[in-house]
Amino acid sequence: MSQHRAALKLSAALIFALVTCATLASAQDLASLEKRTTVKKLDNGLTVIISERPEAPVFSFFTHVDAGSVQDPMGQTGMAHMFEHMAFKGFPAVGSNDYAGEKVALEQVETAYATLEAEGRKRVGRDPEKIKSLEKSFKNATAAADKFVKRGEFDEIINRNGGTGVNASTNLDETVYFYSLPSNRLELWAYLESERFLHPVLREFYKERDVVQEERRLRTDSNPIGRMVEQMLETAFVAHGYHRPTVGWVPDLQSFSATDAKHFYDTYYVPANMTIALVGDLKASEAMPIVEKYFSRLPARPKPTDISTDEPKQITERTVVMRDRSQPFYAEGYHVPDYRDKDDAVYDAITDLLSNGRTSRLYRSLVRDKQISVGTAGFSGFPGDKYPHLFLLYAFTAPGHTTTEVRDAIRAEIERLKTTDISDEELAMVKVRSKASLIRSLGDNEGLASALAKSQARYGDWREYFAQVDRIEKVTKADIRRIANATFTAGNRTVGIIETAEKAPAAKPATGGAQ
Amino acid sequence: MKQPTPETAVILSVAKDPYLTTTTGHTMKIVRTLALLIVVLSLTISAFTQAADWEQIQFPKLHDFKPQQPKRIVFPNGMVIFLQEDHELPLIDGSARIRGGSREEPAAKVGLVDIFSEAWRTGGTSGDNAKSGDDLDDYLEARAANVETGGGSDSTTISFSCLKGDFDEVFNVFDKLLRSPAFRDDKVDLAKNQAFGGIARRNDDVGAITRRESRKLVYGATSPYARETEYATLAAVTQADLVAWHKQYVHPNNIILGISGDFDSAKMEARLRQAYESWAKGPAAKRADIAIAPPTPGYYLINKSDVNQSNIRLVDLGIRRDSPDYYAATVFNEAFAGGFSSRLFAHIRSEKGLAYSVGGGISANYDHVGTASLGMGTKSESTVQAIQALYEEIDGLATHPLTDAELNLAKDSILNSFIFQFDSPDKVLREKMAYEFYGYPLDSLERYRAGVEAITTADLARVAAKYLHKERMAVLVVGNSADFDKPLSTLGPVKDVDITIPPPPGGEKGQ
Repeated sequence: MSQHRAALKLSAALIFALVTCATLASAQDLASLEKRTTVKKLDNGLTVIISERPEAPVFSFFTHVDAGSVQDPMGQTGMAHMFEHMAFKGFPAVGSNDYAGEKVALEQVETAYATLEAEGRKRVGRDPEKIKSLEKSFKNATAAADKFVKRGEFDEIINRNGGTGVNASTNLDETVYFYSLPSNRLELWAYLESERFLHPVLREFYKERDVVQEERRLRTDSNPIGRMVEQMLETAFVAHGYHRPTVGWVPDLQSFSATDAKHFYDTYYVPANMTIALVGDLKASEAMPIVEKYFSRLPARPKPTDISTDEPKQITERTVVMRDRSQPFYAEGYHVPDYRDKDDAVYDAITDLLSNGRTSRLYRSLVRDKQISVGTAGFSGFPGDKYPHLFLLYAFTAPGHTTTEVRDAIRAEIERLKTTDISDEELAMVKVRSKASLIRSLGDNEGLASALAKSQARYGDWREYFAQVDRIEKVTKADIRRIANATFTAGNRTVGIIETAEKAPAAKPATGGAQ
Repeated sequence: MKQPTPETAVILSVAKDPYLTTTTGHTMKIVRTLALLIVVLSLTISAFTQAADWEQIQFPKLHDFKPQQPKRIVFPNGMVIFLQEDHELPLIDGSARIRGGSREEPAAKVGLVDIFSEAWRTGGTSGDNAKSGDDLDDYLEARAANVETGGGSDSTTISFSCLKGDFDEVFNVFDKLLRSPAFRDDKVDLAKNQAFGGIARRNDDVGAITRRESRKLVYGATSPYARETEYATLAAVTQADLVAWHKQYVHPNNIILGISGDFDSAKMEARLRQAYESWAKGPAAKRADIAIAPPTPGYYLINKSDVNQSNIRLVDLGIRRDSPDYYAATVFNEAFAGGFSSRLFAHIRSEKGLAYSVGGGISANYDHVGTASLGMGTKSESTVQAIQALYEEIDGLATHPLTDAELNLAKDSILNSFIFQFDSPDKVLREKMAYEFYGYPLDSLERYRAGVEAITTADLARVAAKYLHKERMAVLVVGNSADFDKPLSTLGPVKDVDITIPPPPGGEKGQ
């Protein structure tokens, strides 16, 4: 034991030396990145960042749209995500064999759908025969429109030109689009990316709605943790949009229309609400004019106002228990402020302390020492962080151990944070890790494009990506105790539990009873 | 701004599935393992039938690019070293791959390599200046560094990552752990308890059930490529087994070590010579002799009443990477299921709306045959319809063979994205290490490019006919059979697969 302590003392001295050197490294990296990075706000309000990283003749981009499922209109949950799917369907020049004809056919689909929906929603006087006939008209109209579709052409052009990592993602806070190309394809990219946001064609909308419902079955309905998380968020947030599932509720997924999606696009896909970062083998002096030429075509429109409801203060503890045919799981969440809060870095420091790596407090207590859990963490930013959100702690139980045991162990760690200062070594570790993880993230076009675009959109300045390290650097032991005491209270808590509903059958059933 | 941890990924339920690699709408291109490029890419676009404005866009010549090759050194004791300098960031990373993996572990001790690769790191070091794994955790985390161990079917690994200023200290930990691990008893027990937890939870995730059970159908339930860790086989693993495994396999002649980052190669070579050149040779790792037979065709059902989506897999044997059919299969996979414009996606997802995740192809492994498969997830109510739709895709390959247009699109996609296989020094290093490990020529690039370019539609038809036969495939369905559109038995005789977890020898463990 004495040897161990000596090692710790020694390491504290080393940490000090290392912190100094890592600070220099990240300052150097920022200075070097500043030299290579150009930001331009176009006249229509779109922000473009180009960062030169000529390591190999390729580039990656990241388009950030400052609208997520929190912006889904009432009755249209899942719309932000649905539009993200539609953004791969093309535009007039790509995806159609005769756009003039397709345009008319798509208008007829919308008319047929609106008529069908109106009849179906009647509480009084709904005519089943009429519905049948309207369903037939709708089916015929979509079949007619489908004849104009050149299926997958947008994706095909990207693939043919060597695009990789073609993808997009929607969460409650934002929607993002990204892929990588050989660097001589910049102009083609500028054309494709600007066209899809200049005049998207919402073709095959109703089939894509079916695809999204399959996505919901996969992620939420057929997954015990997915089911639990949905229930827990609906409980923790009663007013704010964080209570909504990004993928959407089924009744909405079965009713919203392409016309609704167009309204969503018109409101939120405006240049002032979008940021694009490009990183790779590009010269800003040559690339910026090309980007500007294509993206200046997007018409300027007002930046949408954020009309989300603030979550009222929670005053009573809330609990959701799901009895399910799965192994036990325990989670508890506490409301914390949004990412612009002056103490945001303190929550990040607590996250690191509780969850990062083999020295993290939750791992050491629940997994290593008590051996009551097979996986545990506590982190800020659930289910997003643009708005006030949750600090979530969770644990998967080890065989033979209960959710009560893991709950008690999690609470003990919380109490420790409230009552006892963390050690000098722990605080130093949090700080050095934040610097090292920043440095590790700089050597990759995709990751850097994402970080620059998000920081620019979130703070109005990409340099904030580096400033987060400085904010962590300023966190004190007293800050951690203060925030722990303010946050981790019973009235501020929502608990989610999965208890195993039934035992697995001991013997093999005659047919199909396995689980 | 948060950086999600793997744990947050779990709770946000981001699925991992070979047919599904994204958080939302889109599927990523299947990662192709390729050789290195030395020549400048010539990028061509096949002619389109109809000119549009975007087709007028000119591409400037791509910048000349000669990916930096790592330095290869072989010590007289057989240890192979690759050094790849990369001065962009002040970091140094390294990884050693050691022959011998779970396919070599005894059938009565399945799980041994999992426990070995966990307790190797957590169990700390022995000998002079021995350190417990917990001490190592503190020591490394204080430097934001890591040393980790792992294991797979054919090898185990030990790796490190650090800021360059900490290299000497971190390398010493790596070296001690490589040569003198302790496998302390408490950490062996901890690793086993964690693994017991994994067994108890293995039926909670439909995707994991599907991957595991389809592998068993292809290779056989007792095959070292598919067999499962059970309470009994795990309980049989002892600390002495781990020590014995280390003694049997961790010898310089079984090791390939690669280091990349901000260092001087000459100095690094000197450091490694000092550390390893005098390390005595040991017995060469013997590869397990594993017979692989085709699957038994038929329908296999795993009934799961708490899901509303069926996971479907049609599986058969695929090919080896050194098969003469490899390039044809690579192009076939891209044309058949490579992107949204590929047949399988366009038909099953976009046109029919039957699935979110759908995929398939003929896969290749370096040293044993891969699988040929088709798969998708669809709502319970369209399960049989979906299987029939997949059958139609197989039949369609004969009645409507892949066309020149489909061939050219696939080739362009592969060749134009080729550069992403070696656009960082680290990727080049990893590629070389894989070739070295499996005994493939280190300069396979020209062959690869030429191989892909030579493929014709006749080749595609040939590999489709050779590897995709619906009457030879095993069809696995994991789903809620009460809600199927028709009973699975309307397609043929159905075998119920029991996935009940066998209890531990001494009593129940968290069932």
